[in-house]
Amino acid sequence: MRRLIRKLCFAIVCAALPALSQKVAIHAPSSVSAGSSLAITTTGSGSATLYLIGPSRVRKQSIKLGQQVEISGQDVAASGNYRAVTCDSEGCVSAVFQVLPAKPTRLAFMLHPSRVPVSTPKAVNGTALVSDRYHNTVIAPTKVDFHLSLGGESSTRSVQSVRGIAWFEIGSRPKQGALQVVASVDDTAEPRVIQQVAAEACGLRMSAAPSGHLVKLQTDPIRDCAGNPLPDGTIVSFTKTDAAGKSTVDTPIKKEKATAQFEVSGPAHISVACGVVVGNELTLGGRP
Amino acid sequence: MRFGLTLLIVVLTAVLLIAGWVQAGGMKLRAERAASTPEEAVRALLADIQGHNWEHAYALLDHANDIQKTDFIRDIAGTDGSLRTYSSLQSFDIWPVHADATHATLRVRMNWSSAVGSLDDVRDWPVVRDGSVWKVVWPKPNFANVPLQVLPVNYLRWDVIGKRSDEFGSAAVDSPQVRIISMNAVERPDSVVIVGEVENEDTVPAYLNVSATLLKPDGSPLAKQDSFDEIAHSLLPKQVSPYRIDFPGIRLNQVKSVRMDVHPLLVPASADPVISVENQNVNKDALGRTVLKGALINQSGQVVNIAQVLAVFYDSSGKAIWVSDGYVDQALLPQAPVPFAVDIPADVANRMHDYHVVVNHYTAPSA
Repeated sequence: MRRLIRKLCFAIVCAALPALSQKVAIHAPSSVSAGSSLAITTTGSGSATLYLIGPSRVRKQSIKLGQQVEISGQDVAASGNYRAVTCDSEGCVSAVFQVLPAKPTRLAFMLHPSRVPVSTPKAVNGTALVSDRYHNTVIAPTKVDFHLSLGGESSTRSVQSVRGIAWFEIGSRPKQGALQVVASVDDTAEPRVIQQVAAEACGLRMSAAPSGHLVKLQTDPIRDCAGNPLPDGTIVSFTKTDAAGKSTVDTPIKKEKATAQFEVSGPAHISVACGVVVGNELTLGGRP
Repeated sequence: MRFGLTLLIVVLTAVLLIAGWVQAGGMKLRAERAASTPEEAVRALLADIQGHNWEHAYALLDHANDIQKTDFIRDIAGTDGSLRTYSSLQSFDIWPVHADATHATLRVRMNWSSAVGSLDDVRDWPVVRDGSVWKVVWPKPNFANVPLQVLPVNYLRWDVIGKRSDEFGSAAVDSPQVRIISMNAVERPDSVVIVGEVENEDTVPAYLNVSATLLKPDGSPLAKQDSFDEIAHSLLPKQVSPYRIDFPGIRLNQVKSVRMDVHPLLVPASADPVISVENQNVNKDALGRTVLKGALINQSGQVVNIAQVLAVFYDSSGKAIWVSDGYVDQALLPQAPVPFAVDIPADVANRMHDYHVVVNHYTAPSA
């Protein structure tokens, strides 16, 4: 008889256990914005431990079951999937929620290259990564404005970000100078500057001024095809061939012009080049 | 008995000293310094130059041309931080060119070991008989005598300042844009050689090196080398340099293709000095080799300590077929011409249609 009573009690306890555990439950909002505080509600009674498991951190705290648990914004700064788990002596229950990126407030902007020759198609490209104040990439499409200005000219192009990335590609302008590009989202702006520099020399010409056994050579102002002067220090090669042999000198441009001086003996042939660009040729002391 | 022991010790000591002197080449040195023939006179002089024994070397010279000792030492030992000042005479060869009873001419090839490798210097030395001995007539060196003057130097200089920012995408400066404008794989008797030219297309100076990887038919690498000193590493905007990359012990039929890489760096640089290359001519040297000769003139106001000449040779279609280089062992003083010569292989000389010379230079930082 005593054995029967013992078995009956055990069966009652086993049947009651699931009912007891169902009393502990946890509820969280399905999604919140990164950095926003939220409340997690629990049911049941007694004390328990809450584990908040996120993409970048795990937090543990003791809670009283049946009360609301406040989770601060700092604990959900990283966007992604979170799991809140409550464990007491009876077991664990959990709830899943999503933290979405907050409002876009940051731009990581890369403009390439840092120097570019003028009038080069598809030479300039810029890429902006849109993120919130907690460095979460803003996945939702966001309008990014790229404002380009060079000298007095300016233009703006708007690009919708795709999975947090907005980019553009343009050709360089025909005028040399600092090309400023500002990427902006709402109140956030990131400026970058690239230098548009002169391209290859165009119409390279020199003139000669013979003086006794010397000849002084000077180029016209050296410019590219868009009229931009080549920067000082650019190398110009002069070559003279006469009875004494061949003479060459690599001389830098100073104030848009390059100069050289050679001794000549008899008829001389003189040529000029800048990089792979060949200029005019002169014949001195003979038939042109 | 005591006297005999002392005598024995003295005799033994003398024998050992004599043996040591003979072992150290004393007999040979003595014979060389005797200068009873033109060759002995030249050998004696070269032995003194090898030992940096300038006083005695000068004493062996014929002084009829009034050569000063300081000029002789300056000529043979170098000055102004030139490559010769970092060199020592390693070996020499002598050939008679002409000889009669009182005059002779000997051709001397001096092999100098220097900071950049071995350098050959071939000279014809006249030797005259002076009584019972022969003496070398040292040609009076023709040092540049530039009059005192003020030379304004206002060439551009580029500095690289600041440091890289940690912020993504900001304050980055690209490496200079350089381009290999020609490349040619040449088979030599004992090697494969890659020659060509590279241009700095940018508006800033570049420090660069060119490397090549030879690939087998299956695409795997066979060998990798770089241009080492066969290139002008520092290129100003739009400057073009030849390069040469040697692959010793490799045949061209082992190579399917070549992968070229150029590695430019942004560096500070100066457009000064400007060095002109004057009166370039292809000639035969004293040994009958084909050489490209000319003179370098430093058009700036500061001394260029070490200069290297790089010459690229083209065939009739304008293709680069060879790159030669040669170091100049004299310093380039302002406005003073300094001769140079670079070797041209015989087969290249036959096919060569044109050439272009550039000058690489090193200037020691001033104190």
